[in-house]
Amino acid sequence: MSDPYVVVPRPVRLDYTYTAGTASSRFLRAIMQRRLLGSRCPSCAKVYVPLRASCPTCGVEMGDDVEVSDRGIVTTFCIVNIPFPGMAVKPPFAAASVLLDDADIPIFHLIQELPVEEVRMGLRVEAVWRPDDELEPSMESIRHFRPTGEPDAPFERYKDHL
Amino acid sequence: MADALTAPHILEYPYTRSVGPILAAFFTALKDRRILGVRAADGRVLVPPQEYDPETGATLEDLVQVADAGVVTTWAWVAEPRPKHPLREPFAFALVRLDGADTALLHAVAAHGIDAMTTGMRVRARWREDRSGDITDILCFEPLP
Repeated sequence: MSDPYVVVPRPVRLDYTYTAGTASSRFLRAIMQRRLLGSRCPSCAKVYVPLRASCPTCGVEMGDDVEVSDRGIVTTFCIVNIPFPGMAVKPPFAAASVLLDDADIPIFHLIQELPVEEVRMGLRVEAVWRPDDELEPSMESIRHFRPTGEPDAPFERYKDHL
Repeated sequence: MADALTAPHILEYPYTRSVGPILAAFFTALKDRRILGVRAADGRVLVPPQEYDPETGATLEDLVQVADAGVVTTWAWVAEPRPKHPLREPFAFALVRLDGADTALLHAVAAHGIDAMTTGMRVRARWREDRSGDITDILCFEPLP
């Protein structure tokens, strides 16, 4: 029998056109102005970021858009040590849930400008935006979050947002 | 939605597949313009070859060369080929039972229009010049007069 260890490349490529929908489109357009929009549920009063058309918990239509801060708290995080194809940042790096001030739901982003071993729950961080001419309707318009230098937030502050 | 943003979103998985001993022989033989099948426990010749008998599950290893011409057993016309399809012009996806085989191989048939396709028609492989040991070494099958 011939060489049993033959391998063949079998790449899979799926070409989609993603449509953001009206709510997410509003959020993405605001990013072009360095503004982060959430929406407050009229029933449970939670502020969801990014903004959405309906509350996933209550099922009701969201109220008005709410602009939230681009500063917040690291609630949870992980250190990525293993490289994979298509990776934008060189490992090791920290990916974290960031609870923006005035928001009730954390967003997910990179934490940089401090050693990964110093990333921790409660760390106060702020967005580092791209220059004006590089802003695009994408979360990548925020390069990463970096420490603000403020004292860590106490666990009590974010324990209900994990 | 007039005011909704849209953007291209491409998902790619760079897989490499290990094909196993039987398909390795099948793919390697394609480089030499040979098509291999495997003899099943009941004597039938399966093309493309399988590692295990479809009825008994027994290991199969008796490789058999079959012809690169055969009969279309069923087909579907592709009027508007998509980017990933093997041919740019309209063509048929067909099951081709090669001479010497008892099962049929799925491939493309380059016919001049749907009216040129019939079940039972004879076709022959058109081989690629720069063969790499892949099913695409057969560019397509062409109708025989």
